[in-house]
Amino acid sequence: MSANTPSRLEKVLANGHFAVTTECGPPRGSDLGVITQKAEYVKNHVDAINVTDNQTSVTRLCSLSCCIHLKQLGLEPILQMVTRDRNRIALQSDILGAAAFDIHNILCLSGDHQSFGDHAQGQNVHDLDSMQLIQTARHMRDEGAFLGGDAIQRPPQMFVGAAANPFADPFEIRVPRLAKKVKAGAEFIQTQCIYNLDKFEEWMKGIRDRGLHEEVAILAGLTPFKSAGMARFMKNKVPGMDVPDHVVKRMADQPKEKQPEEGLKICTESMQRLKEIEGVSGFHIMAIEWEQKVPELVEGAGLHPRPEI
Amino acid sequence: MIVAEQKPIEEIIQEIQDDHSVLILGCNECVTVCEAGGKKEVAVLASALRMHFMQQGDQKQIEEKTLERQCDSEYLEELRAQVDRYDSVLSLACGAGVQFTAEKYPSTAIYPGVNTKFIGVTEEQGYWTERCQACGQCILAKTGGICPVSRCAKRLLNGPCGGSTQGKCEINPELDCAWQLIIDRLSSLDKLDDYEELVPIKDWSPDRAGGPRKVVREDVTS
Ligand code: SF4
Ligand code: SF4
Repeated sequence: MSANTPSRLEKVLANGHFAVTTECGPPRGSDLGVITQKAEYVKNHVDAINVTDNQTSVTRLCSLSCCIHLKQLGLEPILQMVTRDRNRIALQSDILGAAAFDIHNILCLSGDHQSFGDHAQGQNVHDLDSMQLIQTARHMRDEGAFLGGDAIQRPPQMFVGAAANPFADPFEIRVPRLAKKVKAGAEFIQTQCIYNLDKFEEWMKGIRDRGLHEEVAILAGLTPFKSAGMARFMKNKVPGMDVPDHVVKRMADQPKEKQPEEGLKICTESMQRLKEIEGVSGFHIMAIEWEQKVPELVEGAGLHPRPEI
Repeated sequence: MIVAEQKPIEEIIQEIQDDHSVLILGCNECVTVCEAGGKKEVAVLASALRMHFMQQGDQKQIEEKTLERQCDSEYLEELRAQVDRYDSVLSLACGAGVQFTAEKYPSTAIYPGVNTKFIGVTEEQGYWTERCQACGQCILAKTGGICPVSRCAKRLLNGPCGGSTQGKCEINPELDCAWQLIIDRLSSLDKLDDYEELVPIKDWSPDRAGGPRKVVREDVTS
């Protein structure tokens, strides 16, 4: 794989290194200090930082402004964009907004349904779906043109990513669905949090059987549990999440004060096992409101220091 | 058909509160089938309202009529001779019927008595579900005959999303995931490979997005 864009993340992958990304959720207000703080925790341990876009449909500071802020701090942002809230005019306009600040990575998502958030009575847009947003970003970059056909002056140069959930149903189309995202133009994939490693391996095998791992960089998603309660919540309440009983039990068997440590341990062990799977190109660590633990996880998995690019 | 549901009686009472004579106007088509605004519902609603206003000491005159269709000028004409007798007409037709009645009778107040819900089917008695949002450019040929525009909560054309769990939609465990249905159907038709074909970016201009729509057929215009 050779790099097509100035993206640092793309270069890390193109040079054959495991990539490490993390994510940071914007605040529910306009204080960029929160982002500065989260960035401070992770900046020496990751190659790029995703900024979520009104995740779980709860209204927050916009992803784009936080990405610009990260960029100005000298870090590498990944702009997350959901198709729930913006039509093709607004999406393309925001892609240009990011390009204007030399943001070189985008993650294309459809987004959680608004009924999960703080404005359940709002409309959803879904003018495009996530596949079509991938196509749009690639079209803008590769053709230097808007979907409508007109030329773009100084087109975006973005490394284009998408999400994949190997655990959602129907399982039989989870590999075809990835193939479809690759066909749409996805160059990297960040997966849903992995707790069921056996099932993930089965999915990866399907990916390898079709050679998809050679066309797209797959970053395995991880979220450390802070408590047994969180493990149970993820298992029972988060759609599309697969947390096996034995993992919940392992957390619950620890006294409360030892649970955070156990959660980190499970996460590090998972990373070690995942590193051995052919076709896994890196990790996406989503330490929700626990960003300060990212360095420990990265070091634990033997992924520090990050390569110089 | 168009599926509708009667408005809460309190809201209906509010609407007709100040009028002395009211005609409750049913429609013999969709709203009859979905038991929201046919002859039977007109009668039941009329007696409930009469009872209510009588208890309030209100001598409101409430009459009943049901037309073959309220979305058709021909049938709406049947009202012409009597409409002046009423301060208002409470229409139990879908939103189209309510509006067409209002258009024909500009000096009579017309109120809606139902909430128009969707284009759907009767799955079993008393249970109606949505099937179509009249997007104007039907893509069912590509989706195994199951409509993701109306049946997927995110109208994903290349779905399913990551929230699909055991055949159910992420927004409600009682709701089938449209994409699970599509995948099941494509596999039973032995056409699962079709899934990998990217559904192109949809032209939404024939949809609501393009503004109020019309169909003109020169060959049948009189
Ligand atoms: S694709 Fe459009 S026209 Fe066809 S069933 Fe769905 S909403 Fe209706
Ligand atoms: S779970 Fe299925 S029906 Fe619900 S939003 Fe996702 S793809 Fe659409």
